[in-house]
Amino acid sequence: MLHTPSTEAQACAVVASIVAARVPLAIRGGGTRTGLGRPDNAVSTLSSAGLTGITLYEPAEMVIGARAGTPLKLIEETLAERGQMLPFEPMDHRAVLGTEGEPTIGAVAAGNISGPRRINAGAARDSLIGVRLINGRGELVKSGGRVMKNVTGLDLVKLVAGSFGTLGFLTEVTFRVLPRPERVVTLIWEGLSDEAAVTLLSAALGSPFEPMAAAHLPGGIGADEARTLLRLENFTASVGYRAAELARLLKRHGRPELVEGRASETLWREVRDAAVFAGTQEAVWRLSLAPSHGPRATAAIARAVPGARWFYDWGGGLIWLAVPAEGDAGAAAIRAALKPLGGHATLVRAPDAVRASVPVFEPLAEPLMRVSAGIKKSFDPAGVFEPGRMYAGV
Amino acid sequence: MSAIAFPAPDAGILARRDAILAGLSALVAPDALITSEDERRPYETDALTAYRRMPLAVVLPSTTQEVAAVLRYCAEAGVPVVPRGAGTSLAGGAIPQEDAVVIGVSKMNRILEIDYANRIARVQAGVTNLAVTGAVSADGFFYAPDPSSQLACSIGGNIGMNSGGAHCLKYGVTTNNVLGVTLVMLDGSIVDIGGGHLDAPGYDLLGLIVGSEGQLGIVTEATVRILRQAEGARPVLFGFPTSVEAGAAVAAIIGAGIIPVAMEFMDKPAIEICEAFAHAGYPMDCGALLIIEVEGSEAEMDAQLARIVAIAREHGVGTVKESRSAMETAAIWKGRKSAFGATGRIADYICMDGTIPTGQLPFVLERMDEIVKGYGLRVANVFHAGDGNLHPLILYNCNDPDEAQKAEQAGNDILKLCVEVGGCLTGEHGVGIEKRDLMTVQFNEADLHQQMRVRAVFDPRWLLNPAKVFPLEGRIAA
Ligand SMILES: Cc1cc2nc3c(=O)[nH]c(=O)nc-3n(C[C@H](O)[C@H](O)[C@@H](O)COP(=O)(O)OP(=O)(O)OC[C@H]3O[C@@H](n4cnc5c(N)ncnc54)[C@H](O)[C@@H]3O)c2cc1C
Ligand SMILES: Cc1cc2nc3c(=O)[nH]c(=O)nc-3n(C[C@H](O)[C@H](O)[C@H](O)COP(=O)(O)OP(=O)(O)OC[C@H]3O[C@@H](n4cnc5c(N)ncnc54)[C@H](O)[C@@H]3O)c2cc1C
Repeated sequence: MLHTPSTEAQACAVVASIVAARVPLAIRGGGTRTGLGRPDNAVSTLSSAGLTGITLYEPAEMVIGARAGTPLKLIEETLAERGQMLPFEPMDHRAVLGTEGEPTIGAVAAGNISGPRRINAGAARDSLIGVRLINGRGELVKSGGRVMKNVTGLDLVKLVAGSFGTLGFLTEVTFRVLPRPERVVTLIWEGLSDEAAVTLLSAALGSPFEPMAAAHLPGGIGADEARTLLRLENFTASVGYRAAELARLLKRHGRPELVEGRASETLWREVRDAAVFAGTQEAVWRLSLAPSHGPRATAAIARAVPGARWFYDWGGGLIWLAVPAEGDAGAAAIRAALKPLGGHATLVRAPDAVRASVPVFEPLAEPLMRVSAGIKKSFDPAGVFEPGRMYAGV
Repeated sequence: MSAIAFPAPDAGILARRDAILAGLSALVAPDALITSEDERRPYETDALTAYRRMPLAVVLPSTTQEVAAVLRYCAEAGVPVVPRGAGTSLAGGAIPQEDAVVIGVSKMNRILEIDYANRIARVQAGVTNLAVTGAVSADGFFYAPDPSSQLACSIGGNIGMNSGGAHCLKYGVTTNNVLGVTLVMLDGSIVDIGGGHLDAPGYDLLGLIVGSEGQLGIVTEATVRILRQAEGARPVLFGFPTSVEAGAAVAAIIGAGIIPVAMEFMDKPAIEICEAFAHAGYPMDCGALLIIEVEGSEAEMDAQLARIVAIAREHGVGTVKESRSAMETAAIWKGRKSAFGATGRIADYICMDGTIPTGQLPFVLERMDEIVKGYGLRVANVFHAGDGNLHPLILYNCNDPDEAQKAEQAGNDILKLCVEVGGCLTGEHGVGIEKRDLMTVQFNEADLHQQMRVRAVFDPRWLLNPAKVFPLEGRIAA
């Protein structure tokens, strides 16, 4: 059964009735990311499609608030009209997941969805400053607000960011926003090995020239030659100056090509959305680790999982990995490779059977699992919201 | 002042003090356990000195394992625990209670690892904020959150309060700059949350721990982001006729797409106090001062400043004065960062910390003035203008109980005003005991119950820093 409340009060009533009936409930925004996480066994669905509209936009205060079902597209267009943007460059999962529909701002919060800018500007959770959600008691709970600096009480906003609907139904979210840069350019070096590329990215990110995004696409990923990318965003004159300084600083890696405009945008959209893995039969993983460990992790994985392909974002700290969708989709080997290095792996795309048998999110240490189960219970005592979506029992 | 209540001490615990001390002495080195009244006295308050309580004992462990042993012991004995860093909380967050053991992390003050390739540092919780920057500055790096108390305050306390500072407009506050912690939970279990990578799996427990005011566990280590310093930085003083023009200029600068690293505001009383102390060369002929700092190469700073100056001119700026040397820069920031200390030399003060939507600035400044005058008191304003985080300093005489009470009432009225206009009670200092009883102004019962239920996952018996954050009335255990 599909519920599409158009007010918070209606949504509270729906949740109360679901809780009374103890029916597992799926929460849906645009449904573009429904292939994420463990397959669910929900029999009822609560949609945010009826809760739309921007509720607050103050450009001079750098803040925007909207009902959870508001299309992300509307948010981004509204901000662009005033020369602003979401700081964290949320990825679009449609290509890699092969889904359709309009991503919603509520799901961006619920999934803590970020993109290449995350290394510099923080994740969605760093810009999410306020939420209203309905918990598993049918109560409307608010946390945070509309101001950036706010340490009043426990930061439930952070808990809700990335909880994938398991803690409650978001009705409204508020984000901090930033001005759009005057000029954006991308510097591209060709032909570097993974190690050399990560060394380059590290040197750039440790320089005063503030690259906003840093990625490496090995040869065969979107082009024959390996490409190492740095993106600069700033006032026009600064970008020119900084590009020249970076080229000088990194000259032992060769001379970079400089692209901007549409070419630069397309390149980064492909990185952001892992578009090179769109439409293939492979399983797709997302690994987060300390950047300098990236090449060692991929080397170990390549030895253990024949056919693995990858690229790096976040200066080497985010690895997008595609492997044959067979057996456990490389889960054991990938997690074993990360064990000595630290970090974690999330299975983003795989057939249902694989997602049902493999922990989609990195398994947690026992005390943290106990705490997570406790937190789930504190929001959702009857366990109706997206049961098992993140972890069995949570 | 005595308006804020503490929970009544547990007589049973007080009666068992000797046994509890004996139990603790078996767990830590002799010099780590402080029991005499004289030696406990420095721990009876923090920077909210109007309130003080003598703790049962103070323990200063040297290792995470010792912290775990002490916490486990206290949990089993049912003894409350108050975690403590450097005791610089302005909200009374580190003030103990008579039936509690203070666990201080000040001896855990080592930098464990610096990793420039990954731009992280791993430090023990008792390391001071400034020592982190100190350890990496020769190599051109820094730790971004810079509370004015940075010489003294600890990373553990910064995490406890999610502290901010003048340069947070660009670089974010503590929660945006911490990647991992080692946390000792009440039952003594030791957990690592996050680390050298971004976005730990599962619920964002790290985000929950930061700002939890010592109520969820004790942080013994942290992995923090270190950033490369800009090529140069230059603060500039902008003197405006009144705070209305200064506020409008702030909005216009942000509206023009410029985010300086810092935009700090001072009103006339604050300018006078800080200039007398720091001789920073602040303009004295203005009603409001903005300190705006820009970063980058010389040419970049010139270009950015030209834009800012043009906007300031449209808003009637009088004086514009750039720092021309490292010494001038140091003096300008010394004046701002010692605003509280300098105020303390001329009067007793309480420092408020509400945040407001910046569009409300002119209205709130005017209302605040009326509120404080209404109690027959004076106020000096310094604050982080870019993000609306106010620090009105209400001046009073602490030897006059009537004035002290009025100051507290004026503070409460101001914080209520902040919430009314869409802001919050505290932007960076934390709730502690100071704002505890105002929590119901910002949150309703469902909001608070959800927070307390999350808290109960870590501490169902209210043993961790129990006097703080949540009003004493209406508490729930799970
Ligand atoms: C196991 C797993 C792994 C994931 N991995 C990644 C990843 O690596 N990178 C990434 O960026 N994203 C990831 N996601 C997030 C993914 O985007 C969501 O699962 C997706 O379903 C939401 O996008 P949408 O608007 O199209 O919303 P939907 O697809 O309809 O919903 C997205 C998610 O958000 C939740 N949600 C939507 N609206 C609300 C609301 N109003 N209140 C509360 N919850 C809501 C849904 O329950 C769902 O979990 C992952 C999710 C899961 C479960
Ligand atoms: C002159 C002055 C200027 C200040 N300026 C600023 C400023 O600009 N910005 C700002 O944000 N704050 C400022 N403060 C407030 C204060 O310095 C900060 O709150 C600081 O982070 C407290 O650190 P501390 O080590 O002194 O912690 P404490 O005061 O000892 O403790 C603070 C809180 O954290 C908890 N805690 C401490 N250590 C741990 C731990 N290891 N694990 C778990 N919990 C712990 C305590 O229980 C308490 O609740 C200022 C204070 C003063 C006196």
